[in-house]
Amino acid sequence: MTGWIIEAENLRKTFAWTPVLQDVSCQIGAGEIVSIFGPNGAGKTTFLRLLATLLQPSGGTLRLFGHSPTDAATRRRLGFLGHDSFLYPDLTAEENLTFYGQAYQLKNAQARIDAILTEVGLQQWRKTPVRIFSRGMEQRLSLARALLHDPELLLFDEPYTGLDTRGVATLQTVLATAKERGKTVVLTTHDFALGLEISSKAFILHRGRIIWESTGHVPPAQEFGELYHSRTQSPGSQTLDPRP
Amino acid sequence: MWALLWKDVLLELRTKERLSSLFVLALLIILVFVFALGPEQARRPEIGAGVLWVTLLFAGMLSLQRGFLIEQERGCLFGLLLTPIDAGTLFIAKFLGNVLFLTIVEAIVTPITLLLLGSSWSPLLLLLAAVELLGIIGFSALGTLFAAIAVRTRAREVLLPVMLLPLLVPLLMASVKVTSALLAGEAWPEAWLRVLLAFDVIFVVTGWLIFGQVMQE
Repeated sequence: MTGWIIEAENLRKTFAWTPVLQDVSCQIGAGEIVSIFGPNGAGKTTFLRLLATLLQPSGGTLRLFGHSPTDAATRRRLGFLGHDSFLYPDLTAEENLTFYGQAYQLKNAQARIDAILTEVGLQQWRKTPVRIFSRGMEQRLSLARALLHDPELLLFDEPYTGLDTRGVATLQTVLATAKERGKTVVLTTHDFALGLEISSKAFILHRGRIIWESTGHVPPAQEFGELYHSRTQSPGSQTLDPRP
Repeated sequence: MWALLWKDVLLELRTKERLSSLFVLALLIILVFVFALGPEQARRPEIGAGVLWVTLLFAGMLSLQRGFLIEQERGCLFGLLLTPIDAGTLFIAKFLGNVLFLTIVEAIVTPITLLLLGSSWSPLLLLLAAVELLGIIGFSALGTLFAAIAVRTRAREVLLPVMLLPLLVPLLMASVKVTSALLAGEAWPEAWLRVLLAFDVIFVVTGWLIFGQVMQE
């Protein structure tokens, strides 16, 4: 055991002979909140899906909680919020969470569901089918799904997408609470201000490689924005092909 | 496993998409055969067996695709893979769901088919239910395995039958032979019944064992 929650070494991922991630190495410790920034097609989603065990690396090594991330016990410690909500549109908010609660074999699932629905502001919509939810409401319910089993590692892929100001505030509160409770968070976003506000570390991923990593403290959003644009808009710095 | 199965049942109770489309397809196929065949031809046991299994085959294909399409919408399949649910358990749940829905369809469609084809009544026809269940089990086991592969491809509607049908040949031959014997009022041919049983055991066990590999990217 090394004490790192995430250890990636020369991680590579290729889709149909197109390299999407190339030699990505990083170490993320317990309690860190890490924001990953990068242009579209930089490999952010692929990196997060590798961390979530939804994809297999084409090369390199990945260890989560000091172990190879293949077993059910590791998956139980992960919470993933992706581009898709992973919710069944014809089930209600409560039915969706009940199903995932059973899948994670939660004890006191009903109390946990009540608490999490209140936390994301959807208590009054609990009996409503997800199909008629707005994009933002579905994103909030998806956040509830990701948090339901109280995971130690939260992986959020562009979590601010579709959220209104209240939803963004809810998410920032969730992240602040996670930080207080010593949970590890890795998130990707295009919003420098929101991402940096809660982060203890930041990466810039570009053309499948980490081209910049913060040391010590994360810079203010404006300073970071200048740095980001100078690093990612240099001549010939077009992104890799998007994911298939 | 029961939570997964109950979720599929609940979704069907809510939408009624799967069963209604299976019924409509099955009845259409039967009606086409009834109109195409003369009364003499329709009463022949081998024709009745053929009609029953062609109906089940097409309804089954549709059922398999629907079963995984509900997991594909909004990326729910990834949601399942993220949970600590064992891949073998996931296979058994999807397999049982398909067996359940096809059994419901066959329980209604078979008497209608026999009635429309003018098959004569025999107590041996009660054994038909057991043969159909054995056929549905084998079909669902192999089909669940291939539907899980096909659903993640763009050509899923084409790919599933292309992959599945050649491997179903032993099951279909055995099912038709046993059904034909029962419709003719004869004892069921044991050799074909063994083929049916062996097919079921082999593919239920294989599916349970290798589903984890199939579900990987």
